Amino acid sequence: MSVRDYTLSLGDDAMIAAQRLGEWIAAAPQIEEDVAVGNIALDLLGQARSLLGYAGSLEDPARTEDDLAYWRDEREFRNVHLVERSWSLTSEGPRDFGVLVARLLVLSTYLCELYERLRTSTDETLAGVAAKAVKEVDYHRDHATMWVLRLGDGTDESHRRMQAALEAEWPYVAELFDDAYVDPRLVEQGVGVLPSTLGDAFDRRIADVLAEATLELPEVGPAVGGGRRGVHTEQMGYLLAEMQHLARSHPGVTW
Amino acid sequence: MTRAAELSGAHVAGATSPHDKSAAWRVAAAVLDPEVPVLTIEDLGILRDVEEGEDGVVVTITPTYSGCPAMEAIRADILTAFRDAGRADVRVEFTLSPAWTTDWMSQEGKRKLLDYGIVPPRPRGNGPVALTLSLRCPQCGSPDTRELSRFGSTACKSLWVCNACAEPFDHFKAI
Repeated sequence: MSVRDYTLSLGDDAMIAAQRLGEWIAAAPQIEEDVAVGNIALDLLGQARSLLGYAGSLEDPARTEDDLAYWRDEREFRNVHLVERSWSLTSEGPRDFGVLVARLLVLSTYLCELYERLRTSTDETLAGVAAKAVKEVDYHRDHATMWVLRLGDGTDESHRRMQAALEAEWPYVAELFDDAYVDPRLVEQGVGVLPSTLGDAFDRRIADVLAEATLELPEVGPAVGGGRRGVHTEQMGYLLAEMQHLARSHPGVTW
Repeated sequence: MTRAAELSGAHVAGATSPHDKSAAWRVAAAVLDPEVPVLTIEDLGILRDVEEGEDGVVVTITPTYSGCPAMEAIRADILTAFRDAGRADVRVEFTLSPAWTTDWMSQEGKRKLLDYGIVPPRPRGNGPVALTLSLRCPQCGSPDTRELSRFGSTACKSLWVCNACAEPFDHFKAI
């Protein structure tokens, strides 16, 4: 694995998360939440642009962030399953707000720990992106935490649905901390972070939030995974079709 | 997009000190932020460097947030400002390091923001971000205000409302 591959996996996580989050705009329970999700998605998209731009520049010949976003096929994407899953996987209709909150909590907590460590990466570009991004994802985590507290420690109905959403998302948490696809040499060189070493801090933070929200840590086994080697869930193709449709239908289009 | 190439060569640009403000710096510094058009990019602290070399002028700016959609507009505005000043040999580069902080906003900029009806960010320092205490309403001055939404009309703002005069207002978040 090269610096390019490592950067690509970080960039794909951010980009696919942003694309999925975009589905909430004009569909969230409050207009303020439409704006919040839009802002969070925009931050992630910005991080993705920096990361994919950098990954592309390391290729020979160099490729742009747009080349990587629009002209790769499903098997070439390296994002985890957590970020690509659709919002309709519980019995709560086409978009389960609880799932959004649960996923935001997981993703932002993980990204906070990851970017905090990457700030001191020996790769200057990765360190620069991380130092900027960590401030953004910290704010996202704050937002997700407030919702988890409000819903978990809210009414019986909100508590039940928040717990169900956590149960639905939890099988996809383990993949974030899987070391199998990070080259130990990159870790030795101080470029990348061994994902499993983020686990303790992640677990502590999540446990604190869930305890305060009167929620239980789900006891479910991990899903199969495979995103880091380009094996994705059924929903990924639909997401890419929407994201890539314009660029592929009108190659070279600008506006 | 050319950002990829520029990012790979990202360098740490120090803000030019007031002593060496060149004519070129002043041209770039007068460009307004398209989203908060009372602030110049110098007031905002995103203008990091203006360097005159043999190949012309290189202006370095940094985004407020990673996804700030105004960066392309600001780049175009800088090029236009230089063209109006009779210079075409100008290049705009983006840098991410060091990461922008609201502490780089000038006092003048903070005053202009308040006059515009946006409560400026508090000093952040190097420590953890303090709890946001109540803000004073920029319309009527009452301290009796509350946060309506942690995210506002742009990435850099949150939305507040005044309990006394019932007017909503923006707050520039400290990061």
